[in-house]
Amino acid sequence: MNRSLYSKLIFEHSRSGRRGTDLPRRPWADAMLHLPAALMRGEAPALPEVDEPTVARHYTNQSTNNFGVDTGFYPLGSCTMKYNPKLSDALAADPVISRLHPAQPASTVQSALEIYWTLQRALSEIGGMEEFTLNPFAGAHGELTGLMVIHAYHDSREDYARTRVIVPDSAHGTNPASAHVAGYEVVEVKSLPDGTVDVDDLRSKLDATIAAVMMTNPNTVGMFEKNIPEIAEMVHAAGALLYYDGANLNPMLGVARPGDMGFDVMHINLHKTFSTPHGGGGPGAGPVGVRKGLEEFLPVPRVVKNSDGSFDVIDRCDSSLGRVSAWFGNYTVFIRALAYILSLGAEGVAKVGPLATLNANYVMNALKDLYLLPIPGPCKHEFVFDGLIDKSGGVTTLNVAKRLLDLGFHAPTIYFPLLFHESLMIEPTETESRETLDAFIAAMRQIAGEAAENPEFVKSAPHDTPVVHPDDTQAALTPKLTYKDLQDGI
Amino acid sequence: MRFFPHTPADIREMLEACGAATLDDLYSDVPESLRLRRAYDLPASLSEPEVREWFEATASKCSPLVCFAGAGAYDHYCPAVIDAITSRSEYLTAYTPYQPEISQGTLQYIFEYQSMMASLTGLDVCNASMYDGATATAEAMIMAVNAAKRKRRVLVSSTINPEVAQVIGTYARYQGIAVEMIPQKDGVTDRAELELMLGAGDVAGVIASTPNYYGILEDFTGWADLIHKAKALFIINSPALPLAVIKPQGEWGADIAVGDAQTLGMPLSYGGPYLGYMVAAKSLMRKLPGRIVGATTDEKGQRVFVLTLQAREQHIRREKATSNICSNQGLMTLRAGMYLSLMGADGLREVNRLSTDCAHELARRLEATGKMRLSHPAQPFLNEFKMTVADPLTTADILDALRREGILGGVAIDEREMIIACTETRTPAQMDKYVSTVKNL
Amino acid sequence: MTYYLPTHEYARVEGNIAYIGISRFAAEQLGNVVYVDMPEADDDVTAGEEFGAIESVKAASDLFSPVSGAVVEINEHLIDNPRLINEDPEANWIIKVEMNDPAELENLLSPEAYAEVCKAEKH
Repeated sequence: MNRSLYSKLIFEHSRSGRRGTDLPRRPWADAMLHLPAALMRGEAPALPEVDEPTVARHYTNQSTNNFGVDTGFYPLGSCTMKYNPKLSDALAADPVISRLHPAQPASTVQSALEIYWTLQRALSEIGGMEEFTLNPFAGAHGELTGLMVIHAYHDSREDYARTRVIVPDSAHGTNPASAHVAGYEVVEVKSLPDGTVDVDDLRSKLDATIAAVMMTNPNTVGMFEKNIPEIAEMVHAAGALLYYDGANLNPMLGVARPGDMGFDVMHINLHKTFSTPHGGGGPGAGPVGVRKGLEEFLPVPRVVKNSDGSFDVIDRCDSSLGRVSAWFGNYTVFIRALAYILSLGAEGVAKVGPLATLNANYVMNALKDLYLLPIPGPCKHEFVFDGLIDKSGGVTTLNVAKRLLDLGFHAPTIYFPLLFHESLMIEPTETESRETLDAFIAAMRQIAGEAAENPEFVKSAPHDTPVVHPDDTQAALTPKLTYKDLQDGI
Repeated sequence: MRFFPHTPADIREMLEACGAATLDDLYSDVPESLRLRRAYDLPASLSEPEVREWFEATASKCSPLVCFAGAGAYDHYCPAVIDAITSRSEYLTAYTPYQPEISQGTLQYIFEYQSMMASLTGLDVCNASMYDGATATAEAMIMAVNAAKRKRRVLVSSTINPEVAQVIGTYARYQGIAVEMIPQKDGVTDRAELELMLGAGDVAGVIASTPNYYGILEDFTGWADLIHKAKALFIINSPALPLAVIKPQGEWGADIAVGDAQTLGMPLSYGGPYLGYMVAAKSLMRKLPGRIVGATTDEKGQRVFVLTLQAREQHIRREKATSNICSNQGLMTLRAGMYLSLMGADGLREVNRLSTDCAHELARRLEATGKMRLSHPAQPFLNEFKMTVADPLTTADILDALRREGILGGVAIDEREMIIACTETRTPAQMDKYVSTVKNL
Repeated sequence: MTYYLPTHEYARVEGNIAYIGISRFAAEQLGNVVYVDMPEADDDVTAGEEFGAIESVKAASDLFSPVSGAVVEINEHLIDNPRLINEDPEANWIIKVEMNDPAELENLLSPEAYAEVCKAEKH
């Protein structure tokens, strides 16, 4: 690629008078002439003027600077970067669905409602829940919605003393943040050396001020919280509800259901477990499921099936927590997730968990002689190394991650969870072949060797990427966030 | 199963390498009482053609209507090149750009999007997007309350889209924020009431919209001064496309611009995915929720892009983060950036004009039928307008008759009033059919 | 005389005035400081409570006030050049506070006691 020509911003391709679109001609009079000037825009927005071929080539070339799941192995812990089936993309672009307006009467959108309802039922079966709402837009939005369900539940019982939510210290950062946005104070519970929740510490913190306990199971170090039946009992005895962060649901498919573990409310990341593409950060979807008795608190709009087999939308419900999205959420994501579930079927869905867990254990066992495994396995879908065993060369987790980029792999999640200083969190997912895993293992072993023999080489990685060591400090010290900000430099 | 590469030999040998005999052994830590010892109650697996058949059979149960509905979601045309580019798997299957060395594609399109949205809204700092216009508005409310420290009242114009108002209300309820609706007069926010409500004190923010729910352009002259005098923040919600022609948030002196950018190259898709945008004045830069992309240089001296100002975010601040938002609507910002590039300022103006011309022509012809009239004839509007149906007709009568003709005639507000929207994709023939159907009632 | 909080803020006391900043140890732990969120002059601060935050690229830390009183001045040099804190955190205080209750100083750590806190955290 010719970098000097194609590394420009779209603004830098602009030439006055160019157009990238042609519009229909219509016979109607110019109505904008009569609008009050005081309400109209003075100066036109500063947008590029470019033709369609320039736009196509610009964004195509930019895409080659990206790394996706289709490009290569993406062992990003906690993100479940599995293969995204192409059929799902084709179906999501369906010309009928793409033209449905969200305010259409239910009678005219039966197919859209059927897809929503069918997915909702499938997730309820997989999660062991009574009902799901698909409206939340992302995992964090699901957490927030789930906590609002819990809030609405306690409010309905006039139990206003419950102002706090317990979150393990190993939790994803979204858990405490969501609890805070839902109006709760956060109480942290400690992890034991084996990475699981300290049940005694939890017990000591449970009282009548606790609204909910948020858990991830398996947790962020990839360990199953085996005390979960006891924890559920304690939490319920204290009058609180148990929330399941579904970010790590993948290894549980075919093995155990959050509902059967005693969880009351959960979310699922469709873009993780159900293979919808991450899109560089979104759109995702974070459906929320509830056990029987909590359905009435779910957000509106709700999609229901009538006794005659038709589908309907409930737009108002007094006990509902309210509305968390203007419409029905990221609808086309549901099409993709349902296509994936229908493709896998009962048998295929049940294989996801065991195969993901097999892949993770395979990689872990092949590397634990060189990388420090603070919590011995077996792990579930992911595991955490605390950096290299031999740290004498001074090579850090960040260096290992950057060196992996040179070798054609996406980096694992680094410096999370916070339980260890040099966390390197690896999640291979079930769609990776043994050959891919072997190649990754070889790369990790090569890096460990380099770290011992030539640590400076690893510390200065990456060497082969288009961009090398961006200056993060400069970016944060003198933020340049728009093209306009670049006029005085860079 | 086509998504699993594992052969029986792979499984056997890999298990051996792990010191396990069966896949079940890897779950020895899961108590037996929790194990799902039955098949899922789901259909059997389907081949690719069978999955297609299922969706085709399901989709065939409804046929699309000619869309004259708006209420926040509009049937504008999306150029084909947008679909072609956004389906490239380098964009589609990438994660959040945490590793800038191999994510410049994503980072650069977000930077371009931020730049374009800042210009479109006339404000300074745009984040990498929010989920939708409603949640973006709710997040703006929280920003206002955080900025004001102890003040807990937020005033919201009653002319705002009711779905947006409900989402604001939901977020407010759990944060202990008191949302009060500002009354309306002849389809626009009642400014005298606003002054009274501000005068009562303790206001952290004021939220209004233009074009408002009825499609009417609101006049915010003097609002910014009033609101800032009360030490509150001024938040204006607008659908993105009209900003190319109407006075944008920045020119009104607003502190935060929010809204839905579905109108910038996203199909209706039964409500999503759409795109919430949020742009703020520079002074609020470090209070913005969500991700932000910034420019910097790398070791080779190249201009490169990174996620920046991350200390605001939940993975660092946890419960003290400005918001719990973690992702954004990534790919939708690529759609918006491409749409704005393809259209340019002239193209945007033309799309707005075509849509506005269509709406004004339709309103005129519908009034001529005698079956309905403009509810607020003195108020200016672009491509959406509110009509009052003449006795004894109801909005249901009108909308049902249109539906039988394959037309989605608008969105009913109640039995008497409805809102109708036009875009550049509506044709004279479709308009004729709309008008004749109403005339014949 | 300089006093410390276990959360790494110091109060250097001159008469009734306390200069509040972060310790050298804390500045080293944070790395390159990119932003300091400060209160405004005339704001009140309370001993043991947050008065602002300090950010590096990959970390953020709340700032707690060792003493109660009124902010008489903020260090405006830090607005444009927050890295001064990395250069010399002791010289580059963050806020200057007129103390309400000098007796509060008795609750703070001596330099020696604070050194022990840092030593413990290193391990």
